[in-house]
Amino acid sequence: MRLSSRQTRAIGFGALGVLSLAVVWEGYKLLGPPEGISIGETVLLPRTTELAMPHVWDSVARAFQPASSASGELVIVAVAKAAASTLGIAGLGMLLGAVVGVLLALLMQRFLLADRAMLPWLILSQTVPLIALAPLVVAWGGKLQLGPFEWERWMSVAVIASYLAFFPVAIGTLRGLRSPEQAHLDLFRAQGAGWWKTLRYLRLPAAVPHLLAALRLGTATAIIGTVVAEVSTGARGGIGRLIVEYAQSGSSDPAKAWAPIAGAVVLGLVAAGAVALAGLMLHNYRRAEAR
Amino acid sequence: MSAVEVAGVTKVFETRTDTVRALDEVSLTVADGEFVALIGPSGCGKSTLMRLIADLDEPSEGEVRVFGMPARTARLERAYGIAFQQAGLLPWRTVRANVELPLELHGASAAARRARADELVELVGLGDFADHHPDQLSGGMQQRVAIARSLAEHPRLLLMDEPFGALDEMTRERLQGELLRIRTETGAAVVFVTHSIPEAVFLADRVVVMSPRPGRITEIVDIDRPDATADAESMRESDAFFRSVTAVREALHGGGAAAESAATHGASTRGVETR
Repeated sequence: MRLSSRQTRAIGFGALGVLSLAVVWEGYKLLGPPEGISIGETVLLPRTTELAMPHVWDSVARAFQPASSASGELVIVAVAKAAASTLGIAGLGMLLGAVVGVLLALLMQRFLLADRAMLPWLILSQTVPLIALAPLVVAWGGKLQLGPFEWERWMSVAVIASYLAFFPVAIGTLRGLRSPEQAHLDLFRAQGAGWWKTLRYLRLPAAVPHLLAALRLGTATAIIGTVVAEVSTGARGGIGRLIVEYAQSGSSDPAKAWAPIAGAVVLGLVAAGAVALAGLMLHNYRRAEAR
Repeated sequence: MSAVEVAGVTKVFETRTDTVRALDEVSLTVADGEFVALIGPSGCGKSTLMRLIADLDEPSEGEVRVFGMPARTARLERAYGIAFQQAGLLPWRTVRANVELPLELHGASAAARRARADELVELVGLGDFADHHPDQLSGGMQQRVAIARSLAEHPRLLLMDEPFGALDEMTRERLQGELLRIRTETGAAVVFVTHSIPEAVFLADRVVVMSPRPGRITEIVDIDRPDATADAESMRESDAFFRSVTAVREALHGGGAAAESAATHGASTRGVETR
């Protein structure tokens, strides 16, 4: 496939962004004072010691060395595995959140009473701090037992991710479902189309651009939610756990700690890319968007 | 049986601060196959009257019957086709799929939909654009698609609310000619809302002149139509056409004369194009 000049430029700018970040990092490390810059007790700019800011190339090189002397696994492989695990859990959480979000939006669109009654609770739900929520979900999950089914910790993580993701999806979808103009609604009424047909042929297609924007927000929060929930529930195998683990070895091996952080960033990009891909496939529904 | 029967209809809109009598004791009959234009200044209730016939709104008093059925039944029976000032095409659907929409909503088979849509797209002269999307069409072309869509289910009644109102004059005249042709081919009755006198006279068998506050029918002008074979150009330049335009114009201006002096005529007919 040949790239258009616009695509080439976009890729160029992306690479330039990464490069300039590295240049800023190294530049500050070169010029900044070793003790950082602080006013009183407040540190404004970080220390530039090897411990606080390892060279970019050291961090990159460290990623291709074994994670520990005990196991021969390379850091980058460990990070990739952890990232894949987190992506899976975040994806599941996102899916769950999207389903709940869309259902809530449908309910609120259909019944004005539902809208009035639920919206304040939805907003309230998002003000509960994640850190407070995580242990609760784990505790509740631990009490669940249905025959051979046993609640595992990663499931709690997925639930927390979905809890964060459903909100933007619900709000965005509701906006989208309400976006058709009166002329379109009149047209459907004139055809004798009921709620379901109006939904299927008018409201849902019209909601696609809003839904995509909401999913973009939702995936970002689902990823962050998953990483943070992994840390605060102590779930193993994910990138959140790895960030904590590698940070703990920071004093002896500072370059290693940056690998899982970079992994988390890549994770976010992959998720954003997936939504962008869905947007491309649904391009016919986005014709009304400014191009 | 008449296509539309409006009997003693009053429509009152209540806002928080105000009640507006959009229609006051309006009665009107449209015969099967007849083309009736509703004309009047802004606020005379012509669009409201059309919406009541379409059962998009309900009358506060009085009764609307379409082909002998209550308006609501007629709507659910899909007794009419409808087109608005904004084409109101679904942007994610192609021209063909937009025309197919009414058929799809009512469960026609894919093959039947396709055949009918192709026929209609040809009828409005957009054969080459069937697979285009609305954003690739000019305003006039979009409006043709909207008209094709309104014809999808062979309605015996067409309701049109200023369908050419947003178009430039040349496109408008061409589409008027096409609408007359289509109407001759289908034999459907038409209720056509407009604020252009020449448009009303060119299209209609009868022009219903309305006045605002409260919305009432002030006069109904019968148009002396040439036979259907006359071409549009000669029709627009005929003496009969100008006589009818004058008659409608006088009816419009006369409507407010009892209440208002000659000096305020301009104000009382605001919104009516006399070109």
